[in-house]
Amino acid sequence: MPQNLYDKLWQSHVVHEESDGTALIYIDRHLVHEVTSPQAFEGLKLTGRKPWRISSIVATADHNTPTNHWERGIEDPVSRLQVETLDANIREVGALAYFPFMDRRQGVVHVVGPENGVTLPGMTVVCGDSHTSTHGAFGCMALGIGTSEVEHVLATQCLLQKKSKAMLYRVDGTLGKGVTAKDVALAIIGRIGTAGGTGYAIEFGGSTIRQLSVEARMTLCNMAIEAGARMGFIAVDERTIEYLKGRPFAPKGEQWDAAVDHWRTLHSDEGAVFDCVLEMRAEDIQPQVTWGTSPEMVVSIGDRVPDPSREMDIARREGMERALHYMGLKANTPISEIVIDKVFIGSCTNSRIEDLRAAASILKGRKVSGSVKLALAVPGSGLVKKQAELEGLDKIFIDAGFEWREAGCSMCLAMNADRLETGERCASTSNRNFEGRQGAGGRTHLVSPEMAAAAAIAGHFTDVRDLL
Amino acid sequence: MDKFVHLDGLVAPLDRANVDTDAIIPKQFLKSIKRSGFGPNLFDEWRYTDIGQPGEDCTNRPINPDFLLNLPRYQGAQILLTRKNFGCGSSREHAPWALLDFGFRVIIAESFADIFFNNCFKNGILPVVLPASEIDALFAEVSAKPGYTLGVDLGQQTVVLPDGRALHFDVDAFRKECLLNGWDDIGLTLRHAEKIRAFEEKRRVEQPWLFATGAGGV
Repeated sequence: MPQNLYDKLWQSHVVHEESDGTALIYIDRHLVHEVTSPQAFEGLKLTGRKPWRISSIVATADHNTPTNHWERGIEDPVSRLQVETLDANIREVGALAYFPFMDRRQGVVHVVGPENGVTLPGMTVVCGDSHTSTHGAFGCMALGIGTSEVEHVLATQCLLQKKSKAMLYRVDGTLGKGVTAKDVALAIIGRIGTAGGTGYAIEFGGSTIRQLSVEARMTLCNMAIEAGARMGFIAVDERTIEYLKGRPFAPKGEQWDAAVDHWRTLHSDEGAVFDCVLEMRAEDIQPQVTWGTSPEMVVSIGDRVPDPSREMDIARREGMERALHYMGLKANTPISEIVIDKVFIGSCTNSRIEDLRAAASILKGRKVSGSVKLALAVPGSGLVKKQAELEGLDKIFIDAGFEWREAGCSMCLAMNADRLETGERCASTSNRNFEGRQGAGGRTHLVSPEMAAAAAIAGHFTDVRDLL
Repeated sequence: MDKFVHLDGLVAPLDRANVDTDAIIPKQFLKSIKRSGFGPNLFDEWRYTDIGQPGEDCTNRPINPDFLLNLPRYQGAQILLTRKNFGCGSSREHAPWALLDFGFRVIIAESFADIFFNNCFKNGILPVVLPASEIDALFAEVSAKPGYTLGVDLGQQTVVLPDGRALHFDVDAFRKECLLNGWDDIGLTLRHAEKIRAFEEKRRVEQPWLFATGAGGV
């Protein structure tokens, strides 16, 4: 019987199953960062348990780390303690690899994993971080988990799970110039809503997805959680294999050949059945800009801020009114007239080398508008930063008026010093526009790196396609 | 984990859909390396009019008098009534820790985000899903009747209204058993340690590249 990719990934990891379908799923890779792990390590200690398989652990510090003035260390004592706690825990427990603060390979955990080849096709990947869905770009079952589950995986190498329903989201056709994987993700969320994928594992398929680079696929799978799906993944193809070849932790020699043979089976079979199939045409997707406080509150750049008075559903109307109030926006305002204060290019969604190249291609020979108070470029990892500097991208950003920073999560969630002040409006390549996400009272508009660069130059949102 | 069997509790209505975990517990409080002490910062940005700092004493902070948890009639609430997709966004378990620390043991909603839903069960909080029509009716009753309480029984899988009517809810058998008994699920899983080890050994033989112990291979 033909199987879909989720069936294959699920079945190959079931260790034990209870009568109600709750299963123990074996975990191949456990990514760890400083924010969601200290209580898990402490729990292990308190119960006298040992980690089950240390070589499954890959850790880095990313959420709290500063992105400038590294010579001063971490100045916030609370942040410093959390990062030092991770240092101490990994020192005590061990790991396959640890990229601590200031290591040249340190960075956002979801950037670091793939670029070092510690994320491999067919793996189960977990991390105490909802954006673990990113790793689904490699045909992985990649799940964000809570801290109790981090402790459970440390102690047992397994996760308790019930099988989700399977959704296929097909996108076919060719994306227009200036339209990116971020726009595909936002368009999908705009259509199905932030709970549209709840209870589902989403496979992204179709000719558009096949044409996406592996990095663009990571952007798309990263945002699956914003559609409510704990997992988003994409079948393995030659692009996936090409990306992995030669990565430090990827297999070598005969093992590489055996691995590739296996990886080539990681796709949905012809005729496979899904619980739900949705479709979208690439040609219908325009550059997207969110206007509200949920990623589903999104429109195309040529549109206007929606008018709540036209919404019939009362709960939705109230939600829209609350969002407009928080965002300081009036209904029916053209999106291109929304003026911004800050720009953030970074995060696990859009901080890889291709994202930086794309933004730089817009910024080259241009200047950030004088009305923009701060424009930040934060590479996803030390290796991304180094590569960007080899290509001279840092100069393009700096010449345009951006600050060129060290790697980390930075203003995506503002746990370090990079944040919005109350009332400030930001064009951001991150993943969440929730109230207060980038700083208490801050106003976030989610866009692609190209659209963020275009907004930086104009001082307001503008159609990047006019700058190509 | 504390077991959950039955609770008769005061209900607080949070009439918003898509309440995200950033709203439940803002990021600055995630810097703590403890599991406790998050209650005073639950819904921090809605509850107070200033910006809270980790470790700060909250007793003298300016409060938003309109926010429901600041209203006298909801003091001591143990059941939170809310709308669809509660707990969306970040996987931070600090969200259920904050709800628990504040005193909530039951959250009733039309739907929950997956990771949050899971995290509740690990912390002795019962998330109850009810149909939209029943949620609407409960919101109407709670706002009309000060001191409105509900009886929530996990064994019976019922939410009992003051007039004695019982609303049924579904819960996975395994999760129900764990919560009723307050079981430590790591302990439960380790009963299958031999099975895990056997699975792992087979996997190591079939796909050795998954078991590399350093850069460059196995």
